[in-house]
Amino acid sequence: MLKTINCTINGKVMELQVDVRESLLDMLRNRLHLTGTKQGCGVGECGACAVLIDGQTLDSCIYLAVWADGKDVVTIEGLTGTDGSLSDLQQNFVDKGAIQCGFCTPGFVVSATALLDKKPNPTKAEIRRGLSGNLCRCTGYTKILDAVEATAEQRRNK
Amino acid sequence: MYQINGYFEASTIKEAIDYLVGNENSQVIAGGTDVLIKTRERKSGYTDKDLVGIMRIPVLKGINLDDDGNILIGSTTTFTEVEEDEIIQRNIPSLAAACGSVGGPQIRNIGTIGGNVANGATSADSASTLFAMDAVICLEGPEGKREIPIKEFYLGPGKVAMNKGELMTHIKILKENFMCFKGHYIKFSQRKAMDIATLGCSIMVKTTGNKIDELKIAYGVAGPTPIRATEAEAIAKGMEITTENLDLIGEKCLENASARDSWRASKAFRQQLIRELPKRAIKIALGGGE
Repeated sequence: MLKTINCTINGKVMELQVDVRESLLDMLRNRLHLTGTKQGCGVGECGACAVLIDGQTLDSCIYLAVWADGKDVVTIEGLTGTDGSLSDLQQNFVDKGAIQCGFCTPGFVVSATALLDKKPNPTKAEIRRGLSGNLCRCTGYTKILDAVEATAEQRRNK
Repeated sequence: MYQINGYFEASTIKEAIDYLVGNENSQVIAGGTDVLIKTRERKSGYTDKDLVGIMRIPVLKGINLDDDGNILIGSTTTFTEVEEDEIIQRNIPSLAAACGSVGGPQIRNIGTIGGNVANGATSADSASTLFAMDAVICLEGPEGKREIPIKEFYLGPGKVAMNKGELMTHIKILKENFMCFKGHYIKFSQRKAMDIATLGCSIMVKTTGNKIDELKIAYGVAGPTPIRATEAEAIAKGMEITTENLDLIGEKCLENASARDSWRASKAFRQQLIRELPKRAIKIALGGGE
C-alpha cells in the first residue's frame, strides 16, 4: 500500500510515495540514497539510525516512513555544510579521535547535535544521558564525550 | 519492511474507534516503541495487522489540570513531555523521574505513557508511580467513556481491561492522591540507561513531624503486574520514622509480593530489593538522601 507524504528532508521540501510497511530508515536509505544513516540493531536499541525529527533525536528504524508526513527530518547529511564542510561537532569528532570503525558515528553526531541544541552548556552527566541511547561497539566512549564537551566549550567562547 | 497489512492515521478519537470496531484485524499504535519491535520480531498477534496511528489525535496529547485540580495526562504524551512538564515537575516529581528513567532519549522522545500502561508489562517504569497514586485510566469506546482504577486495569502479564474498540484517552491523577505527598521512584537496573528494571519501587508519603500519616508503596516486577504493598501501608500509618520501623515496613512489603526468578535476577535478590528499596525511597523522598 503506497501513501503520499510531504516532508522536509535536510531542508528540501519533498513529496514522496512511501510504502506503509517501510521504516523511515528504509525510505532514507533505499529511496533517497541517504546512506549516512545506518541500520544497526533494527529495534531501537543502538541508535545508529538516529535522525532529527522536528529537532528531536529519534531512531528511524522504529519510525514508520508515513509518520514523516509534515515533519522536518534532518539526517547526518543535513548536518554537513552544502559545500561538504563538517559541522563544528563533526570536526571535533575527527580532532578528538572519537571515530573508530565509524558505524555508530552518524547516530552519535545526530544525538549530540540535539543535545547541544537543547542544552548548550551540558554537564558531563547530561552529555552521558543525552547519548545514552547510542551504542559504540568499539567502546570509544571517552573520546566521543570529549568531542561533545569541546564543541560546547568552543561555542561558549565564540 | 515491517510485516504490516495496512496503516490508518486517525485524526479524531471517533475515527480511531470506528476503525477499530470495523476491522477485526486492527491494532492501535502510538509511538511504536513496543508494537513495532514485536512486529519486527514477528511475535504472534503482531504481524499482518492493520495499524491505527493515534499520535495525530490532538486531544490525546498533553498534560492539564482539570477544574477540580486533578492532573490529566493525555495517553499519547511522550515520556520526554511528561518528564519536562511543569505541572508534573511541580506536583509529582517522582513521575517525572520515572518517565525519565525509560530507555534512552530516542525512546523517550516517542514512547508514550499510555502505551507504557496499555501493554500491561509489570516492568513499565511509569506504572508503579501511577499505582502509588491510584491513577484512574480513562477509556473511550463504541459504548462511550468509562474510567477504571489502575489496579483493576491490569489483569495479568500483558493483559489489561480494555475491550475491543476501546482507546485509552487519559490517565487521571486525583488531587488528593498527590497533594501534600512526597514521592520518590527507584529503578533498580543493571544499566543506568536502555535497560528494563530488575525491580522498580515508587512511594508516596505524607508525614506530620516524624510520623507517617499515610504511605503508599508500589512495585514493578515484584509480581506479574505492578502491585501495591497494602499490608505494609496499613502498619505504617501513624508510625514514627525510625530505622527499626522502616525495617518493619520493608519486611511487611514481602507479604504482597510474588517475586520471580529470571535471568535478570534471582527471586531471593528481588526479595531483598523489595525490602530495601522502599526504605531508601522514603528517606530520599523526605530529604534524607542516601
